[in-house]
Amino acid sequence: MSELTLRQEFPIFNAHPEIAYLDSAASTQKPRMVIDRIQGFYESEYATINRGLYELGYHATNNVAKTRDAVRHFIGAKDSKEIIFTSGTTAAINLVANSLSQGLLKPGQEILISQMEHHANIVPLQRACDQYQLRLKICPITSNGELDMDAFKALLGPQTGIVALTHISNVLGCITPIKTICHLAHEQGAYVLIDGAQAVAHVPVNVQEIDCDFYCFSSHKLYGPSGVGVLYGKANLLEAMPVYQSGGDMIETVSFEKTTYADLPNKFEAGTPPIAQIVGLGAAIEFVSQIGFDAIQAHDEAIQSYAYERLSQLKGIQIFGPTSNKSSLHSFVLKDAHPHDIATILDQSKVCIRAGHHCAQPLMSHYEVAAMARASYSVYNTSNDIDQLISALSQVIEVFQ
Amino acid sequence: MSRLASLYQEMILSHNRSPQNFGDLDPHTHHSHGVNPVCGDDFHLYLFVEDNRVSKVSFKGQGCAISKASASILTETVLGKSIQEIIPIKDAFLKLISDTASTEEKAQLGKLKIFEGVKEFPVRVKCAALIWRALEDAISQQHGQISTE
Ligand SMILES: Cc1ncc(COP(=O)(O)O)c(C=O)c1O
Repeated sequence: MSELTLRQEFPIFNAHPEIAYLDSAASTQKPRMVIDRIQGFYESEYATINRGLYELGYHATNNVAKTRDAVRHFIGAKDSKEIIFTSGTTAAINLVANSLSQGLLKPGQEILISQMEHHANIVPLQRACDQYQLRLKICPITSNGELDMDAFKALLGPQTGIVALTHISNVLGCITPIKTICHLAHEQGAYVLIDGAQAVAHVPVNVQEIDCDFYCFSSHKLYGPSGVGVLYGKANLLEAMPVYQSGGDMIETVSFEKTTYADLPNKFEAGTPPIAQIVGLGAAIEFVSQIGFDAIQAHDEAIQSYAYERLSQLKGIQIFGPTSNKSSLHSFVLKDAHPHDIATILDQSKVCIRAGHHCAQPLMSHYEVAAMARASYSVYNTSNDIDQLISALSQVIEVFQ
Repeated sequence: MSRLASLYQEMILSHNRSPQNFGDLDPHTHHSHGVNPVCGDDFHLYLFVEDNRVSKVSFKGQGCAISKASASILTETVLGKSIQEIIPIKDAFLKLISDTASTEEKAQLGKLKIFEGVKEFPVRVKCAALIWRALEDAISQQHGQISTE
């Protein structure tokens, strides 16, 4: 077993030692390192950024700049001006959906997404289609629960303006071959937006190697605080795109006759950013980097294969998604128990899982279910958590048999 | 009884397994569609009211055990009753599950009292309430769609 032993790094488990937290795909718990960094920042370093003509403000500005560079390094971007802080993945997708569609697409072009997207990677694009006379195309998934590459190639063409796909599905756990996708899309002149919300905590990401045009993720699924996320975009595209939100911090000069806008990254960061959260994200990236993706992936594999071995033996279970080349989660239904009843009974055994449509209603429709239960795993989970899950699920089966 | 056992009582489980009055009802005089967007509970309720009495009733759709059993028992409860008789039961039931029912109100509820355990599970109250909200909507004649959110 290559299990990590990091549970004690997470204070929540001191407060609730009995909990098996299996909902990290929704949001991860926070390590002491991140909590301490945020607290320390507020206690002795806090000031707003980009304007203080005093030392405290200068240092806070520096801290944000340092995190920007840490993010750049973390995802292998060329230049830190390509890193835009947003409030999360959703905000990042909205930014691209609007600004890119408005500035660089022509009416009649298509936006290609997939059947398994999170609502965050559907609705903003759907709205952009309405607003800018674009057409939404949906790539199906295979019976194995992965992107259907043959269908993808058939749907892709010179008419495609944007390809927007999830790196890792929050329901199926499948890993999209995004490097190949980018190559194929670029041959047709399309831009590629990758929703990395589920990926950054589990697989190493190098945006230059992938060659995606945009990549986004949320800090709160990466052991960092909520309220902050990242949009990576290629500099030449971000420069060519029109401004999205406007106000303070994103301007160069303002007069009532004419306003000129700031350069990247400030151009896309209107208003005061979530300063302490950005600093906290910096600490989260440091936390992940200290563990390293080799150890994280070995741990994920150990936990996930043990979970699969145990789950697959349960009576009446159906597990969705592929069994290999997948990330650390299992979505499932039990024959006679509704996912919400499962979650309620599991909660009584201090097992936290997600039950519902997982913000992926088109995917639920595809599988003809209203809801699924999902257990998702992270660096602090142990095989004990899986045992606790299995014994609680056995109780569910007993109640509903 | 443990909290879980009081939530998943045998009668609730058995209505979940074999719901009563399950299916379409054509023709009907009243209909409402209840949806719980967060968890996907989704039920239609149909009533046929003749001479101010519910002479036929049915529901269809899908949802968790609590929402389904609640719907099944609702259909048994309202069958044969007048709208005037149904309204106080509905009000008492909605109070029961949100822990605000008086002793007199509880007394009118009969076997519906088995849903009292739901009050211990705040996130599940809306499951038990869904079909009763649909009933409220159906008899208010709006024939619309209601949501518990
Ligand atoms: C695949 C995927 N995309 C997007 C999101 C949205 O992230 P956020 O709510 O942090 O903006 C999530 C989070 O649930 C997700 O799993």
